[in-house]
Amino acid sequence: MKTPKKTAAAKKETAPKKKKAEKLLLTLYVAGETPKSLRALENLERLCEEHLKDGYEIEVIDLSKNPALAKKHEIVALPTLVRQLPHPIRKIIGDLSNVERTLVGLQVNTLSN
Amino acid sequence: MARPQRKFSTLKKQELAKTPTGIEGLDEITKGGVPKGRPTLVCGSAGCGKTLLAMEFLVRGITMYNEPGVFFAFEESSKELGENVKSLGFDLKKLEAQKKLVVDHVHLERSEIEETGEYDLEGLFIRLGYAIDTIKAKRVVLDTLETLFGGLKNEAILRSELRRLFSWLKEKGVTAIITAERGEGTLTRQGLEEYVSDCVILLDHRVNEQTSTRRMRIVKYRGTSHGTNEYPFLIDEEGFSVIPITSMGLAHKVSTERISTGVPRLDAMLDGGIYRGSSVLLSGTAGSGKSSLSAHLAAAACQRNERCLYLAFEESPAQIIRNMRSINLDLEPWVKKGTLQFISTRPYFYGLEMHLAMIHKYVKDHKPSLVVIDPISNFLDAGTLAEANAMLVRLVDFLKAEGITAVFVTLTSGAAKEQTDEGLSSLIDTWILLRDIELGGERNRGIYVLKARGTAHSNQIREFLLSSKGIDIQDVYIGPEGVLTGSMRIAQEAKTRQNQEVKSQESERKRRELDSKRKILEARILALEAEFETDAHETQALLDNDRVNEELRVSNEKEMRTSRKGDIVNNKKRSAKK
Repeated sequence: MKTPKKTAAAKKETAPKKKKAEKLLLTLYVAGETPKSLRALENLERLCEEHLKDGYEIEVIDLSKNPALAKKHEIVALPTLVRQLPHPIRKIIGDLSNVERTLVGLQVNTLSN
Repeated sequence: MARPQRKFSTLKKQELAKTPTGIEGLDEITKGGVPKGRPTLVCGSAGCGKTLLAMEFLVRGITMYNEPGVFFAFEESSKELGENVKSLGFDLKKLEAQKKLVVDHVHLERSEIEETGEYDLEGLFIRLGYAIDTIKAKRVVLDTLETLFGGLKNEAILRSELRRLFSWLKEKGVTAIITAERGEGTLTRQGLEEYVSDCVILLDHRVNEQTSTRRMRIVKYRGTSHGTNEYPFLIDEEGFSVIPITSMGLAHKVSTERISTGVPRLDAMLDGGIYRGSSVLLSGTAGSGKSSLSAHLAAAACQRNERCLYLAFEESPAQIIRNMRSINLDLEPWVKKGTLQFISTRPYFYGLEMHLAMIHKYVKDHKPSLVVIDPISNFLDAGTLAEANAMLVRLVDFLKAEGITAVFVTLTSGAAKEQTDEGLSSLIDTWILLRDIELGGERNRGIYVLKARGTAHSNQIREFLLSSKGIDIQDVYIGPEGVLTGSMRIAQEAKTRQNQEVKSQESERKRRELDSKRKILEARILALEAEFETDAHETQALLDNDRVNEELRVSNEKEMRTSRKGDIVNNKKRSAKK
């Protein structure tokens, strides 16, 4: 899986911002193109499109190609979505099929509010 | 592994391939180690040494068998882990730098993780696989895998993943140790024993009468025989040591060399001393001189330039040294020289198993040729009679196997003098009994050799004297008045001497009497002889007189005849007739 960095800058910031908008940095860890990982990526992309208004960045890391990163990034379960920024780090595991929970897990502002 | 050989002749008796753990004693009870290339479950309650066992398995594997290892810590961070085992002399950093060890801390915090939808533990597999591949690990430890259950919610996924993990480990061909917390009534809280079915080791930390003992048991070991008992184990500054009972037997070598007890007369009673490597029991009532005698045995060993270990459970070393000085025995030079080592602890300070393990350790470290344990009766304080018994049997066997002369001191209560509370008598080769002999308002010490296997020992009771000059053994007085000791013996001896004096005087008198009698008789004989002489003289005189008279008469007659002119012839005839 070689989906490159997919930057989707938000079109316009409508909501009044309290502080400087922090860029959302998301990393999805997968191992090979398994149905589960494909599903997770699919779900993530859709979710970002639909709900995230702030700038976000998605990075996909295939651990089967880069096994050393598993230790470095403390990955146990796959797929794992890690919110690297803003701090603190949040982890969401699973295929992200539950949008609601994923958003709660990411603790991000959504378009709906 | 007794299989019928007829039908399965092709199935030769094949022992399971095993990986030695390198842990002292564990390989003995598992008869070679844990199953090679398979996972082994180590379970036990908190604080019983699971992590340590697992870590030692890895470190020994690296240092002793050159088998690199991977440690996956689910509970402690690698830094904490490194610090915890540093006290055992394990330098994890160094081993990691040598690419022999990988320590990975798997951190799972439920509050930081949101679960949505399906997932698996492939991340863990990749991590583990990568660690194994980078250092070509042969050994893997997963320390408290169950922590996963705390970090992740979906138990169904976890269970299926664990099952996959174990078969994956087997495929990888690594020998793994998986630790697990003990659950209520089950071996592990999460039922991990279900997945790991080859070898299960249970660790236990039990407190009995305020003393704790660590024990280990092989719950199951598929496809091989193993020790089934509970084995005590010890964690100290050198790591784990398990004391296997099975390694002891009666196949030890024996020596014909006699060694001195330090008391020459006792050596004589024992027909030349005790055998090297034998076990000696000194039993006796309170204050009968047991410790003094054992100190002499220790000093004798030191004098022979041998090392001696003195385990004192009643007195401090300083006190023993002071007390022994009072009987002219200075142990201090030996202590300073290092040949004599005192270990003083209270028996209830540790459990029995711990004591045994400690003695093992001290013996291994000090390498003595003589061990004194003063007294063993105190071990009863640290456990039940049966436990104390079992422990002493093992101790005796251990010391015998090492060829160490063992001196056990035991206190007997007044009534049962020829019985040890510990029932040790059958294990003992030489039994020297010290006893109080109460007689005539005083107590004296008696010593005798109750048994001495393989020696023509004395069967007599001797008096055992402790004085400022040292130990002295005296013959007791045996006479018509019975066996006498102490001042009664001295009195009796004086009396005997007096009697003899009187007797000799009497005979002297008799001799003199006879002498004088003889003299008197001799005087008498002289007197009688004199009398006889006188008589003889007188008789002779009379006879002479008669003869003169006769001659006179004859001459007179002759003269008369001549004057009368008588017939001479007739007269001649008459005188001839006469």
